[in-house]
Amino acid sequence: MLRLSLGLVTVFAFSVIIFSTFSFLPGDFATEILGQSATKSAVKALRAELGLDKPPVTRYFDWLGNVFQGDFGSSFSGRSKVQGDQGDRSREVVGLIVPRLKNTLFLTGVAAMLAIPLSLILGISAALYRNSYYDRSATGVSLVTVSSPEFFTAYIFILLLATLFPVFPTISNVDEASTLAERFYRTALPVFTLTLITMGHMMRMTRSAIINILSSEYIEMAKLSGASRYEVIVKHALPNAWAPISQVIAINLAYMLIGSVVVEYVFNYQGIGRLMVGSVYNRDLPVVQACALIFASTYVILNLIADLIGIISNPRLLYPK
Amino acid sequence: MTLNKSKELLLEMKNIHIDGFSDERWHKILKGVDLTLHRGEILGLIGESGAGKSTMGKAAMGYTQPGCKIIKGEINFNGIDLAKLTEFEKRKIWGTKISYVAQSAASSFNPAHRLMDQTISAANRLKINPTDVLKKDAVQLYESLQLPDAENIGDRYPHQVSGGQLQRIMTAMAMSPRPELIIFDEPTTALDVTTQVEVLSAMRSIVDKFNTAAIYITHDLAVVAQMADRIKVLRYGEEVEEAETRDMLSNPKEEYTKSLWSVRSLIKPEETNEDYMLSIKNIDAAYGSSKVLHNVSIDIPKGKTVAIVGESGSGKSTTARVITGLLPQLKGEIIFDGKKLSPKLEQRSKEELRRIQIIFQMPDTAMNPRQTVDEIIGRPIEFYQGIKGKKREAKVIELLKMIELDETFLDRLPSELSGGQKQRICIARALAANPDLIICDEVTSALDQIVQEGILKLLQKLQKELGVTYIFITHDIATVKAISDEIVVMYQGEVVEQGLKSKILNPPYPDYTELLLSSVPEMDPDWLTNLLNKRSS
Repeated sequence: MLRLSLGLVTVFAFSVIIFSTFSFLPGDFATEILGQSATKSAVKALRAELGLDKPPVTRYFDWLGNVFQGDFGSSFSGRSKVQGDQGDRSREVVGLIVPRLKNTLFLTGVAAMLAIPLSLILGISAALYRNSYYDRSATGVSLVTVSSPEFFTAYIFILLLATLFPVFPTISNVDEASTLAERFYRTALPVFTLTLITMGHMMRMTRSAIINILSSEYIEMAKLSGASRYEVIVKHALPNAWAPISQVIAINLAYMLIGSVVVEYVFNYQGIGRLMVGSVYNRDLPVVQACALIFASTYVILNLIADLIGIISNPRLLYPK
Repeated sequence: MTLNKSKELLLEMKNIHIDGFSDERWHKILKGVDLTLHRGEILGLIGESGAGKSTMGKAAMGYTQPGCKIIKGEINFNGIDLAKLTEFEKRKIWGTKISYVAQSAASSFNPAHRLMDQTISAANRLKINPTDVLKKDAVQLYESLQLPDAENIGDRYPHQVSGGQLQRIMTAMAMSPRPELIIFDEPTTALDVTTQVEVLSAMRSIVDKFNTAAIYITHDLAVVAQMADRIKVLRYGEEVEEAETRDMLSNPKEEYTKSLWSVRSLIKPEETNEDYMLSIKNIDAAYGSSKVLHNVSIDIPKGKTVAIVGESGSGKSTTARVITGLLPQLKGEIIFDGKKLSPKLEQRSKEELRRIQIIFQMPDTAMNPRQTVDEIIGRPIEFYQGIKGKKREAKVIELLKMIELDETFLDRLPSELSGGQKQRICIARALAANPDLIICDEVTSALDQIVQEGILKLLQKLQKELGVTYIFITHDIATVKAISDEIVVMYQGEVVEQGLKSKILNPPYPDYTELLLSSVPEMDPDWLTNLLNKRSS
């Protein structure tokens, strides 16, 4: 319960920070959309229409109140510039975000399903054959993938798998009509990129969590009672490693979501990251706020889940004395 | 201990050499030790830390710790040379034919699994009996080990039972596959004397019951005397001597063996006076919401030594924390040299802080590993007495001489000192403040017998020379006899009694003191048997 309320506070604080940073950015939606040649009165009129003339604090609480009622407001862009014609063509933020969010969740979901099992297997096997050539090369390669930035990894994949060996498309445009197979095919490269950038960290942390436990006395005891290598790792070490492993997975899933901002941009994928970048450019505050809120809550929820796994996997916390 | 044990050879280790890798080079841990064990026989392996007794015990299973390797030697178990087997072949013997009971039960059980599952895991691997038969058998083992609620205790997790119970459950776990040999590696060292007695008797009766052979490793001769038929003394990886238990106790051949119980021969004549250095009156103290001290009153006579004894959880160390101001009391007052001390550390004057010093149990963690001896001792001299430069150095050397070390130690780091030397440096650090009262919190319990003796003698000498007052916190009665004038017995946060050593250590006793004193193992192989007979009657 305490964690949950702390999480809510985090999300709230985050929305305040986003809102106030926006107030410090030069220009607003009105100046951006009307261009430099706009007359002062036109800018003023548009501001009044969007409610941008009110003081920031009032605007923030108006917005907050609406969010609690499930109303994320309307996007500024796509709104009719003709007086009296508003409403019909203005776009609801929710309607704008949901399909994009689905796309992003698909992308990161596939990447996660690839990255998590792979890094667990690699991490555990590296711990099992510690200091072997396999271990050394796996940890070495993972260090390289962790240190290279997303866009670099993305371009390497484009170079290898789209240009030199044209297996996958460089542009991952999907729409409502795409079939599942098409989606997999088109998102292959962004999925690989996201997998690679997060896998290194997860694998290394799994490895060190297991190695840490392997040096404890109950592992020696297990060996002396005749447990095989496999049994030692899977039955004795792994159950005690879930807490640190789930933490690092949560952090990496969140990182994946944030990394998708760059990756979606590189592969021109219609996800929430691209939407957010575009909206920041336009100073489209309602959309940016909503996206930011989604990112923040995902982060908090993922961490809550990790904590929960930590508690469930630890009898000390589950069954008090 | 029955004498009609078979003479059939079970284990024969010949000329065992084991090397260990540490500090970037290989060291010899065992230098050609032999060992023989017959079926149903219990052999005691004894020695100080670093003697190689634990390595020898594990080698009896053909196992070496990571970083160690068997250089040469034969380990014939039932006619098979374990040293020549592969890991895979050895795993078939480990846990089922030979099982192991570790020193620290608390950290040797996997925290993620229930005790029952861990108890029968090795026997389960044999696939002879189905799981429910094994579980029933385990419950019977729990019962014969006198565990409370034997029926259900296996459903608990390791953190839900006490240390003494865990140690007995580990014995049940070792016994579950009915092995031919059990290695007990210091199984009672981490326990209180009162718990130790229960665990010892439980282990002995079950080993007797199934006529299992055992190697019992310990540094406490009195404990091994209760368990073993034969005793082998190791030192620096070599055998000192081996003899039947009774022969060894009555007639030890080597000087070294005699020195193993030297602390027990140290005795100080008691003295007291009516002039109190420190009086604590009606103290209550708590950690958070759990109250640990109830109405504790103790008087400490000037220039004398008061020992506070009791098992873990009795509030001895908490009392020390209250006196030093680390844990402010809820109620009651502390009178130091006629003046009232403020409960809070922050509100005490520098002079008050200087006059009360404390020495801790673990010298390893009580010193900054990156400071040299000169810095460690010099800092309190500078802080409390404002002495700097050449004079400070002279003072440090003077203190080093006082603790029977010399100026060659000035530039050493704690990692370059032995355990006993580290504790001496801690004593010098306390003396550097020129205190009137030193609280010694289990200062000798982490040390070997011989080193203990040296430290205790040093503390006595310093008291004679400087007239300093000691509060000596310990659970070891031999230490108490060696150093104290007065004794305070504590139990569950209360003072059971306080008085002169001769009064406390002689009858009539209050019930708890009786239990505590009678639980201290004595150098008599019949001690445990007699004690158990006495208690059951």
